[in-house]
Amino acid sequence: MRDLSVSRHVTILSPTAILGYGFPESSFRAGLARHPDVIAVDAGSTDPGPYYLGSGESFTNRDAVKRDLLLMIEAGLDLDIPILIGTAGGAGAEPHLAWCLEIVDEVLCDLGRCARVADIASDQNRDSLISALHSGRITELDPVPPLTQDAIEKSSHIVAQMGVEPIIEALDQGAQIIVTGRCYDPAVFAAVPIRAGFSEALSLHLGKILECAAIAATPGSGSDCMIGVIDESGFTLEALSPERKCTVTSVAAHTLYEKTDPRYLPGPGGVLDLSTCHFEQMDERRVRVTGTQLQKGTDYTIKLEGAQPVGFRTISIAGIRAPDLIQQLDVVLKAVRDRVFANFESIDPSEAQLLFRVYGQNGVMGDLEPLIDQRPHEVGLVIEVVAKTQSLADTVCSFARSTLLHFGYPGRQSTAGNLAFPYSPSDISHGVVYEFSVYHLMIVDDPVSPFPMRIQNLGEVR
Amino acid sequence: MKLSDLATVIRSKNAGPFELTFDVLFANHDDFEHVVRSKVLSAEAFAGLFGISVSDVIAVVEFEPALAIKVTIKRMRSSGAFGETDVYGAQQHAPLLSLEIPD
Repeated sequence: MRDLSVSRHVTILSPTAILGYGFPESSFRAGLARHPDVIAVDAGSTDPGPYYLGSGESFTNRDAVKRDLLLMIEAGLDLDIPILIGTAGGAGAEPHLAWCLEIVDEVLCDLGRCARVADIASDQNRDSLISALHSGRITELDPVPPLTQDAIEKSSHIVAQMGVEPIIEALDQGAQIIVTGRCYDPAVFAAVPIRAGFSEALSLHLGKILECAAIAATPGSGSDCMIGVIDESGFTLEALSPERKCTVTSVAAHTLYEKTDPRYLPGPGGVLDLSTCHFEQMDERRVRVTGTQLQKGTDYTIKLEGAQPVGFRTISIAGIRAPDLIQQLDVVLKAVRDRVFANFESIDPSEAQLLFRVYGQNGVMGDLEPLIDQRPHEVGLVIEVVAKTQSLADTVCSFARSTLLHFGYPGRQSTAGNLAFPYSPSDISHGVVYEFSVYHLMIVDDPVSPFPMRIQNLGEVR
Repeated sequence: MKLSDLATVIRSKNAGPFELTFDVLFANHDDFEHVVRSKVLSAEAFAGLFGISVSDVIAVVEFEPALAIKVTIKRMRSSGAFGETDVYGAQQHAPLLSLEIPD
């Protein structure tokens, strides 16, 4: 490993946008040939929705994650450079971290290697959160509603996004592989250059781009490698597949991705200010970025994320082709809904929510759909129920399905049935449903103590 | 002329679980300026197009380095909550495609 504290630059290899999304081995080898000082990857996202954080499952596939880790860990150990994995298991809670650590251990054993592995937890203690809530240390960001004690108590997992500080601590203790719980996406890319004394603003901005790997190139890809080199005055980006290149537009455009305002990007401990930054085309394939600033707040804040179970779901999928039914579908669905709840008077409507999704009409955009008067020649229908128990969801969904199948609407000619089912059985019990319950900022005294670290030797002990 | 004739990228996506953000990117400065001047992507125009109130439009940002206009709105519900139609928010952009841009 090079002594980075006296180096004029740090090279960071980002193999893929999400651990488990894969990357061409040729691009990865091209990256290794550039003598990277760290291999870092982001494994997390809230995009797939609240289920994964709530349930503790990963949204990525285990075999695909193992394939990516095998290449990364072998190369990192051979080059004697750290391998950093942010937001293990997609959501970074305790079961996700354990899942990823088990794969890391398995990879090391397969390689016949042993490594010093740090894991950094991000789960937040409920009692501490409740006391932080009552002492005014937790605030909401519009449009998120204020946090309640009830939400803290009902959430199955609540994690916080760590910044670079706990990762630097693990590097200081000699970790070769670092697996983090929920982590600010750029942190695993920025930790090594910040530790070596490079600008925090530039390191974090570089991390912000590298966390999505080649998505910032053109043509973009979430499953191809990107390399970044940071020096004293800026950083340079290059896509590692010859078919892609970084252009000022592709890199600047990426700054917009999934953000509210591309000029000000809040993160743990400060706001990245891009209003003064400059993008420059160095040659056909490389872009240089300079001038990024970091506005540090007086308080150090971290973002909390939590999800809570809200019931059980059952769905039934069917198609409708009868023009007369499609024409009066809204009226028919309302009549079916009334019939369902009239039949089960003992069911409190607050314990079972019934929804008809009409694909072909407004199934994709719901209330945002402007083309509400158009009638297609066929529609796809999803009957959905979320109820207090799986059995209740099954009952209401089944009854809604059978009622609609044989519902006699005015002028009906196809008296044998109103629905085309692609499947038998027609109904699918879908299990627990979660909602995002916590998405708030918390002021902390220091950036390291909320994130306990452990270091152990994993793999084949020699 | 329609917005899809002038822009190279028209997309939507979650910006966190509580916001939905729309990006419109242009290939050159003239097209970018043309659409910025037309004000068809103002908060009021956007609210009208999607049938939401102006107060639900969080930000309209013209970001010159990327030749982009970005509009962020409140999600109807947090991502994945009951009634969700698009967990990632990636298919909410279509009404923008046919937006008429004055010459």
